[in-house]
Amino acid sequence: MEFIGQTILNGLMTSSFYALIAVGLSLVFGVMHIVNFAHGEFYMVGAYTVWVLFAKMHWPFFLAVAAAIVLVGLLGLISERLVFRQAKGNILSGFIMSVGLVFILQVAVVKIWGLGKMKPVPAAYPQILDFGGISTSWQRFIVIPATIILLVALWNFLERFKIGRALRAAAMEPEAAALQGVSVKKSAAVAMLLGSAMAGAAGALMAPIMSVHPYMGHSVVWTAFVVVIVGGAGNIKGTIWASLFFGFLTTIITSLFDSTIANLVNVLVMLILLAIRPQGMTGYAEN
Amino acid sequence: MLKINYKQAFLLGTLPVVLISAPFAISGYKVDLLTNLLINIILVTSFQLITTTGGWSLAHIPMMGCGAYGTALLSGGLGIPFWISLPLSALTAAAVGLVISYPLARTKGFAFFVASFAAGEAIRLCWTRFKIPFGGHKGLTVPAPVLVENVAWLDFEEAVPYYFLTLTITLFSLIIMYRLNSSRIGDSWRALASEEKLAKSIGINITKYKMLAFAGGSFFAGVAGVLLAHRLWAIEPRQFGFNATLYLLVWVVFGGSHTFAGPILGVVTLTFLGELLRPLVEWVPMIYGAIVILILIFLPDGLESLPNKLKSLR
Repeated sequence: MEFIGQTILNGLMTSSFYALIAVGLSLVFGVMHIVNFAHGEFYMVGAYTVWVLFAKMHWPFFLAVAAAIVLVGLLGLISERLVFRQAKGNILSGFIMSVGLVFILQVAVVKIWGLGKMKPVPAAYPQILDFGGISTSWQRFIVIPATIILLVALWNFLERFKIGRALRAAAMEPEAAALQGVSVKKSAAVAMLLGSAMAGAAGALMAPIMSVHPYMGHSVVWTAFVVVIVGGAGNIKGTIWASLFFGFLTTIITSLFDSTIANLVNVLVMLILLAIRPQGMTGYAEN
Repeated sequence: MLKINYKQAFLLGTLPVVLISAPFAISGYKVDLLTNLLINIILVTSFQLITTTGGWSLAHIPMMGCGAYGTALLSGGLGIPFWISLPLSALTAAAVGLVISYPLARTKGFAFFVASFAAGEAIRLCWTRFKIPFGGHKGLTVPAPVLVENVAWLDFEEAVPYYFLTLTITLFSLIIMYRLNSSRIGDSWRALASEEKLAKSIGINITKYKMLAFAGGSFFAGVAGVLLAHRLWAIEPRQFGFNATLYLLVWVVFGGSHTFAGPILGVVTLTFLGELLRPLVEWVPMIYGAIVILILIFLPDGLESLPNKLKSLR
């Protein structure tokens, strides 16, 4: 019983993390049609921000996280302006540009903070949380409410606000949206701002749990891509469902074998699914 | 038919002279550099077989790794001679390519990039995770090929004989790939890249041709991997990581992917540029990243489109 409870708790924490990183990626693809490989590096910059502000300058943890969200959001905005806008909707160019951006950001971080030692970020909330035998640290638990708050905020933004609705329109029918006076450029910029900010939030929240180093984004973006493919690119609801699915799958397989096997199984599931249903689990098909 | 003017004839005439005399004119380290360049030429050209169908695979470097690991296990582990292990390892790479190309061929755009990336990473993860037989992080050792024992000029532990071995295999590979590219199969590949629905409607089996391109490209990537492994004498999973994929992408984007010579032009130019940038080695990934973004913005069809662009300016 305790094992099942612990697995459910761990699964929820992993799923939240996956959702946080994958929803931003999915949003960026849906609106801009950019396969953003640099999403993992945005995540990495978010983690570094927390390392600098929280671990070294001793800001309060949540202030550091908020700063990371804003900073990485702006970084995304700048990349959209200087780089991705020039791809002009060409998926191949946009994707290769993002790969270029990956290496620019990695070298920049190595040059500023060095490669050498790990960047230890102490836990802000090391207290143990105990639900009658099922336990975790507050630091790990926090990712669940944080993800729910951020996703609900995003959902409200996309549903209630005019600019959010414009964003969804631009994702569904760019031409029709443009005819209705929606600026496609503006919605791309907003999507990039929000998507990158989510990556920054994920990196910031995970910094005390993961090891912070310049190449930490690589394995994360890999999993995020698997989630987005299965959930349907640009489909936020589908991405959240896929995050839950893979979060639990990873947790179960990790507890039975190890995390490498879990990664392999994730990819295998994706490949088999693509072979059977190339349009993804949720039926999204690319034109 | 090929039309050759005087300029091209001059080039074709001097190229063999340069390729044959070069290793005698330069020092040992630079001979290895040239060998590496030849291996990379096979790599980019085999990559181009796949890009002609419209998909830019991110699993190509792991496919090269399949060839390298294949020969490490066959000739290093089982003691099979290089001459048999070369085609067998390349076939192994082709077989792995064929398997992953089945789901990949059914996707395009976003899904193709991402799925090929994930598949390639999964292969790399297998090398790290399964210490038997792949040796984990430390990798495997590979012996130098032996043709006839105790003949000095056939001692492939030395840089110059190995250069000529690589040169011969490179030429054969390039000829086969060129023939393939200009055959009916190559026409079908280009057809399905530009007009997939039209190609389908005139009876081209899209999935089959995409898988064929992927397997063919993987075969020659495997050849490149075998040549690399036998020169380095040791291989490890990190060599076939995402950095190597970046370089491959940059070479092809820089040279251009619409002509057979484009990717080769890219890899040759950037290799010499890379030598000039040696003092800045830590910055090289950033410089390459910047180059690829700038090229895509200002010269989207790569270096190969430069002559036509200049012509239209005049």
